[in-house]
Amino acid sequence: MHVENRPVEKKKRTTLWLRFRKNKGALVSMIVLLIILITTIFAPFFSTYDPGKTNLRGRLSPPSLAPMTEGAAPHILGTDQQGRDVYSRLVHGSRVTLNVGITVATFGAIIGIILGLLAGYFGGWTDMIIMRIVDIWASSPIFLISLTFVMVLGPGERSLIIAFLFNSWTLFCRMARSQAMAIRNSDMVESGRAIGAGTGRILGRHIMTNIISPLITTYVMEIAHYINAEANLSFLGFGVQPPATSWGLLIGEGRTYITSAWWIVLFPGLMIGITVLCLNLVGNWVREEFDPLSIKQ
Amino acid sequence: MSKVTKNHILLSLRGLKKYFPIGGGLLTKAKSHVHAVDGVNLDIYEKQTLGLVGESGCGKTTIGRLSLKLLPKTAGEVYFNGRNIFKFTKEEEQKFREQAQLIFQDSFSSFDSRNTIGTIIGEPLAVHKIAKGKELQDRVAELLRTVGLKPDLMYEYPHTLAAGQKQCVGIARSIALKPKFIVADEPISALDVSVRAMVLNLLKDLQNTHNLTYMFISHDIRVVRWLSSHVAVMYLGKLVEYAPTEEIFKNRLHPYTEALLCAVPIESPRDRHIQREILLGEVPSPVDPPPGCRFAPRCKLAEERCFIEDPILEERTPGHFVSCFVDFRGDAEIS
Repeated sequence: MHVENRPVEKKKRTTLWLRFRKNKGALVSMIVLLIILITTIFAPFFSTYDPGKTNLRGRLSPPSLAPMTEGAAPHILGTDQQGRDVYSRLVHGSRVTLNVGITVATFGAIIGIILGLLAGYFGGWTDMIIMRIVDIWASSPIFLISLTFVMVLGPGERSLIIAFLFNSWTLFCRMARSQAMAIRNSDMVESGRAIGAGTGRILGRHIMTNIISPLITTYVMEIAHYINAEANLSFLGFGVQPPATSWGLLIGEGRTYITSAWWIVLFPGLMIGITVLCLNLVGNWVREEFDPLSIKQ
Repeated sequence: MSKVTKNHILLSLRGLKKYFPIGGGLLTKAKSHVHAVDGVNLDIYEKQTLGLVGESGCGKTTIGRLSLKLLPKTAGEVYFNGRNIFKFTKEEEQKFREQAQLIFQDSFSSFDSRNTIGTIIGEPLAVHKIAKGKELQDRVAELLRTVGLKPDLMYEYPHTLAAGQKQCVGIARSIALKPKFIVADEPISALDVSVRAMVLNLLKDLQNTHNLTYMFISHDIRVVRWLSSHVAVMYLGKLVEYAPTEEIFKNRLHPYTEALLCAVPIESPRDRHIQREILLGEVPSPVDPPPGCRFAPRCKLAEERCFIEDPILEERTPGHFVSCFVDFRGDAEIS
């Protein structure tokens, strides 16, 4: 038999890392996100003051590298209306903010993708029941539901997460369903059934891996979305309650001083902006990277 | 080989029907049905090849899928080795999935493009827990060699291969479990003419070395003649003629078979003077098939009876089945 073969040696495939390094935007974003994540996890080590410690004599002092009193750490991002160190509050506040964003997106993705896969693959009654639930869930206004939860469970991080979860899984469910439906009748799935692969294997090994890239992108974008949502609710006073803090709450508390002490609002605002931007850039990169048509060479 | 094993029937279809609903949802009834396969009886003998021919849309592919239990049937039965495949237990079904395989028209579309060739070919072995690790790799390398490819290809991704190679990989995957029966669904239609012969030869070689039984689905009656021991001609969901290959080429008893043969282009320019009947008209819609013989509206020999009564497939001469009221004998010159 004569088949023409190109000379085949085990090809040096460019590694993920090499391709990643080429994409400057994604690389920088990833580094920034890592820094934010590390400072968040080890917040007590990075903060220079107790975030709740007030100092009324040093209130509303602008950012400065010089220590206020001998031997004390400088308030590099200034102090707020009660003399608390803005930098330390920023470092601690990211805990709540990131926690809400990541938890909501992660659990939303797990629940939504599993239900969406089942609905899309099996169709029929399974699909109808799951999707009607999605419709009901998704049609409820997220902010009103959040407010209800705050009323019932009391304000705080936990109520926020539960309220957001109500909404976040539906997006993943819809996406996973439509992708699974598109692939359900493909030759690939039929080929899997023909060799005797079980439903679990077909769903997990083949359908899941082929629809995961848009879902990863959505996941990253959803983290950004819920960071914003948390900030909004906390800003309005329905989210995290003092003395706990989050980026949104910092902005909310500082808004009355925006004309006289811009630093209280500016830095948490910047942090939200940077984090969301970086997440979007990384999300974009992931989408390009895992596009099945672009895994050439 | 003894005569007994030669005549052993591996797969038989009995009154097989498949209707696809059109419209309708969970709560509403379907408005109408596509009569894709409408009562087909057929036997496939062990280690032989049945060529299934017909125009596109006549239900060839559906018969192939039903024979492998990849579609639910509407009515009728399929027996594999004498056992009804629609009544299999779970264990029997797993065993059946080892013994019966499918080759796709476009193998590439049947691959998970995120996997390497090695994973794709080795998947059946992994699913049935036959081999793993180093042993699996060795088996894959051997399979690649069997289909005439280099074992190194197992590290490649499918999109880097040429069309003929992809089809060979598809064949390697389908023989990985050492099956008895393979449905080849137009395995060469999507290929360049230059690699068709290679793939056909491979299929023929494998049949001898692996004792395979094929259901070879094609719209090209020349290819079927070369590869098959028996030919079944389909028209609009029904069999119109079924006989051993040489018999059907010598004594064509159905006008549609004749028309299919006349549609084959004449190879030599010197034979251009040969007059041939070319079939006119369109295939009627399978949603609302005509009453009586389905071929009657296009048949120039059709009598009054043909439009009212539906002819059944009957054995005219031993082994030669036809469903036609007219006493027809094809006489066109064919090369």
